Amino acid sequence: MKSIKVEEIIKNVKEMCIEANHYLTDDMKDALRESAKAEKALLGKQILCQLEDNLKIASEDMIPICQDTGMAVIFMEVGQDVHIEGGLLTDAINEGVKQGYKEGFLRKSVVGDPILRENTKDNTPAVIHYDIVEGDQIKITVAPKGFGSENMSRVFMLKPADGIEGVKDAILTAVKEAGPNACPPMVVGVGIGGTFEKCAFLAKKALTRPINQRSSISYVCEMEKELLDKINKTGIGPGGLGGSTTALAVNINTYPTHIAGLPVAVNICCHVNRHCVRIL
Amino acid sequence: MDRYITAPYDDKTAKELHSGDYVYITGTIYTARDAAHKRMYEALERGEALPIDINHNVIYYMGPSPAREGRPIGSAGPTTASRMDKYAPSLLDLGLKGMIGKGKRSDSVRQAIIRNGAVYFAAVGGAGALLSKSIISSEVIAYDDLGTEAIRKLQVKDFPVIVVIDSEGNNLYETAIEKYKED
Repeated sequence: MKSIKVEEIIKNVKEMCIEANHYLTDDMKDALRESAKAEKALLGKQILCQLEDNLKIASEDMIPICQDTGMAVIFMEVGQDVHIEGGLLTDAINEGVKQGYKEGFLRKSVVGDPILRENTKDNTPAVIHYDIVEGDQIKITVAPKGFGSENMSRVFMLKPADGIEGVKDAILTAVKEAGPNACPPMVVGVGIGGTFEKCAFLAKKALTRPINQRSSISYVCEMEKELLDKINKTGIGPGGLGGSTTALAVNINTYPTHIAGLPVAVNICCHVNRHCVRIL
Repeated sequence: MDRYITAPYDDKTAKELHSGDYVYITGTIYTARDAAHKRMYEALERGEALPIDINHNVIYYMGPSPAREGRPIGSAGPTTASRMDKYAPSLLDLGLKGMIGKGKRSDSVRQAIIRNGAVYFAAVGGAGALLSKSIISSEVIAYDDLGTEAIRKLQVKDFPVIVVIDSEGNNLYETAIEKYKED
């Protein structure tokens, strides 16, 4: 049994909120750079170059990459041989988010009630997903999610008879409807299977997979490549202003499902696909 | 083509801007997003005056991140414009000449743009750090309690935007997609 103090959780979550909002992972930076070279539209190329400049300014001057510094989505993979010492884990995570958004000059974008809409002023609560896993470590993934693209995400409860073609159509429909609103080039996270809520979770989790890493399931891997190609032929382009770079990747996760169903969730992320991972 | 304009601007300038033009704005613009629009709309419904004179002015749909010490503003990119669609036609009818945001607009907004000879610009979404460099000063002038959603008066220098919907109703989001669509 290993003990981890809540102070350590707070400190790490705080730092990760700040890090994720100022630096993208290398896979994202590489993909943006490559897409700027390959883009066919002149204006599209100009926009992609601006996005590269934006990343440079964000990291050098410590200005958040995007003013929408998101709602903090946090995936916790907690080893079952870990003991949390000194308080509640959920409280510690929220305290880390609170400190990170304050000290990092990040925007507080959370309202305490969806109808009454009063800002909580510290960006809490976070959306936390727990998974109990083997071992004595905790893997924390902090993924601040902006709502321009979140608002364009969809869940489709397809029928088994719709099959793989139905799934592809659903994904393309969501991307086309999202268009310029989702700040393309996008990263498309997809969850197929499970239940209504499970497929949405799978889609969100898919966004945290490096975008240069394809699914290990061969038909899924083929689907990811085929959909990326089709999405980039829609013409939407960078900023939705036309071009050949509409998405940087399609990441698909699957899960067993019921004999009567084929749930599909499409969680769209903008080009500011932020996530930061640490293992304690 | 590249254009350099000063804000606020008159009808003549608005009419000279065409869908697809790359425009650098210098001068004064105002920020307002969801909550400020709702308040302005409700004020108009009650027959009250707006907290800003919007005639010939430009509204930027933006809620910044907090400024670090010594800086005028934090990250400052556009938010999705369609959430303001319900409120925009009333403001356009009062003389609003420009809106900066990102994403599609409703047909009623497009009609109000044509009716009033206004312009809808897009700034590059998700480029908030870069765009903040074109903002020289920022001052909250109304609805202070709304925090990031308060109305701010911004002084901008060569703020880069693209004309999406021009005063004739041409829409770059529609025409550009057609141009680059394959098969």
